[in-house]
Amino acid sequence: MPDKLSDKRKIKCAKKMRDIMTTYYLDAMTAEQNNKQVAWITSGGPVEPLVAMDIIPVYPENHGAMIGASKMGEDLCTKAEDMGYSSDLCSYARTDISCSVVKGGPIGGLPKPDMLICCNNICGTVLKWYEVQARFYKVPLFILDTPICHTRYSPEIAKYVRAQIDEYIVFLEKITKRNFDYEKMAQVGKLAYKSQMLWQKVLNTTARNPSPMSAFDAFFFLALIVTLRGTQIAVDFYKDLLEEMEQRIKDGISMVPNEKYRLLWDNLPIWYRLKWLSNKFSDHNACLVADTYTSAWCSAIKYTDENNFLDSIAEAYTRIYLNIGVDQMADQVLEMIKFYDINGLVMHSNRSCKPYSFGQMDIMKIVREKTNIPVLMIEADMVDPRNFSQSQVETRIDAFMEIIKQRNS
Amino acid sequence: MIYAGIDIGSSTAKAALIKKNRLLGTHVIPTGYNPLNAGITVFEAVLEKVGVSKIDITAIVSTGYGRASVNFADTAMTEIICHGTGAHFMNPDIRGIIDVGGQDSKAILLDKNGQVENFAMNDKCAAGTGRFIEVMANALEVELDQMGDFSLKADKPSKISSICTVFAESEVISMIAGLQKRENIIAGIHESAAARVAILAFKINIKEPVMMTGGVAKNKGMITALEKRLGFELIVGDFAQENGAIGAAVLASRL
Repeated sequence: MPDKLSDKRKIKCAKKMRDIMTTYYLDAMTAEQNNKQVAWITSGGPVEPLVAMDIIPVYPENHGAMIGASKMGEDLCTKAEDMGYSSDLCSYARTDISCSVVKGGPIGGLPKPDMLICCNNICGTVLKWYEVQARFYKVPLFILDTPICHTRYSPEIAKYVRAQIDEYIVFLEKITKRNFDYEKMAQVGKLAYKSQMLWQKVLNTTARNPSPMSAFDAFFFLALIVTLRGTQIAVDFYKDLLEEMEQRIKDGISMVPNEKYRLLWDNLPIWYRLKWLSNKFSDHNACLVADTYTSAWCSAIKYTDENNFLDSIAEAYTRIYLNIGVDQMADQVLEMIKFYDINGLVMHSNRSCKPYSFGQMDIMKIVREKTNIPVLMIEADMVDPRNFSQSQVETRIDAFMEIIKQRNS
Repeated sequence: MIYAGIDIGSSTAKAALIKKNRLLGTHVIPTGYNPLNAGITVFEAVLEKVGVSKIDITAIVSTGYGRASVNFADTAMTEIICHGTGAHFMNPDIRGIIDVGGQDSKAILLDKNGQVENFAMNDKCAAGTGRFIEVMANALEVELDQMGDFSLKADKPSKISSICTVFAESEVISMIAGLQKRENIIAGIHESAAARVAILAFKINIKEPVMMTGGVAKNKGMITALEKRLGFELIVGDFAQENGAIGAAVLASRL
């Protein structure tokens, strides 16, 4: 959050969120003492069956974001490179792999997993990354393969993924030596649905002008919908957050003091530069009101049936933002530009995230043709600061804002 | 009323003075290690050249990589808007600009009123910048301003396949060892740099007429290579290198 934030602008729920996340990580760290099992899972993976089985889900990608935000990425990336991994490999993968060995990072590494759950709806890198970790920790790995829906969700894909959901449950029963609790699953499914609806509502509040929060805040508040989806904790928290946002709108409290320009962010955040970027845009009276990243955890909610959760998640998890065709991604971006009344699109070409960055040039072209708003491309990386050049990024942002100001004057 | 523009680039600092839509004069010096000193020196030099004093200057705009260091300027603006404004000032028909400087190359698209519609810049790599050509000139022991003339005498340009400046330099050194003609190697260097720059122009669907600006516009070999790659002619004015400073001065008059 910006430096110059006055007390009035501070979001009160931030403290509550930090407390929840601390408790969550403490629970995960002490799982073994409490006879609980830990599963590492990819950010886009179906976590609800784990919650239903009382297994603690842990997200290496969330951990990667923490490493990036605490500016420990360069050191851990270098350590992975020393181990022989290429600097072209995703920086979440590099930091997670090296962290497992050296137990570094802001929380001294993640708790040892009892199993690994890998869903390739977010990228292909996770397959090899989780295989490496399965060998390192000598634990079983479950892979959920979600074919890319370039144009549509075909009956073949539906059947293929749905069958794997059943295999997933069998896998969990085998490891926990317990029967799957379908009744609890139904409850967890309802809670997951509810929390996603609430998260979407929170994100929707930024359609108001001025916006009560920015994408930089969304990057932070995202952690719960990722890690605690399917729990009452997440539902309660997002209810409170939504209430606070609605109150801010009533009181006319905006995140950027003189919000004049409204921007849309594409791709993952640049975790080690959040404050700098937030101040940079704020100085131009610009607010990043929305982004394609944080909405990824609720964008497929239309495919979820809260009353028939297990059947519907095959589709919901397959049709997420990173697993669809470029044309469909562009449609979502265009929808957001309209909904949030956007003056400019900022795209982060992320060295780490190939599926997110591939296709950005096409989306950029489509957006320019259909909306005529300026589009900026920043080359960087989410965690590895060696791929970030401040003076180059600064010139690009300044020039981009000059164009926006010119057009809106 | 006289307005000043100061452009602190990575290799040279430029200053320009304008009065009522007329260019009074410009000056160029090497930037050196201190951008503020370069700004002061080039500003004083252009004042002396034109024969006016500091108090005659109504407003100053700084631009270029050292723009924030020029603490006596009224405001700082980016090279993109300054090159756009400068090109439109010199020739209102211009719709596209290719600016190749020391560490940056960029393509800019202007609308009919000279406002920037779109731009693209090189990524974090020196390929396709002035520095690339400079490194190669050193390896070949040719003065930088002789590179253009040399390459125009080439009969069969060499093929440089490395994009990376460091690898391209070793490639050039092995070509020298292989006794390839210096003229051909230099032409190959220009073609390699031109290919990188042309990508930027294609990225923004550049529209003609296109003006070439920046220090590299003085290199005839690079112009030829770029024109070949782009498939159209480039307009190169007498003040291509100072174009950013001129644009800054025009923007100062609008403050």
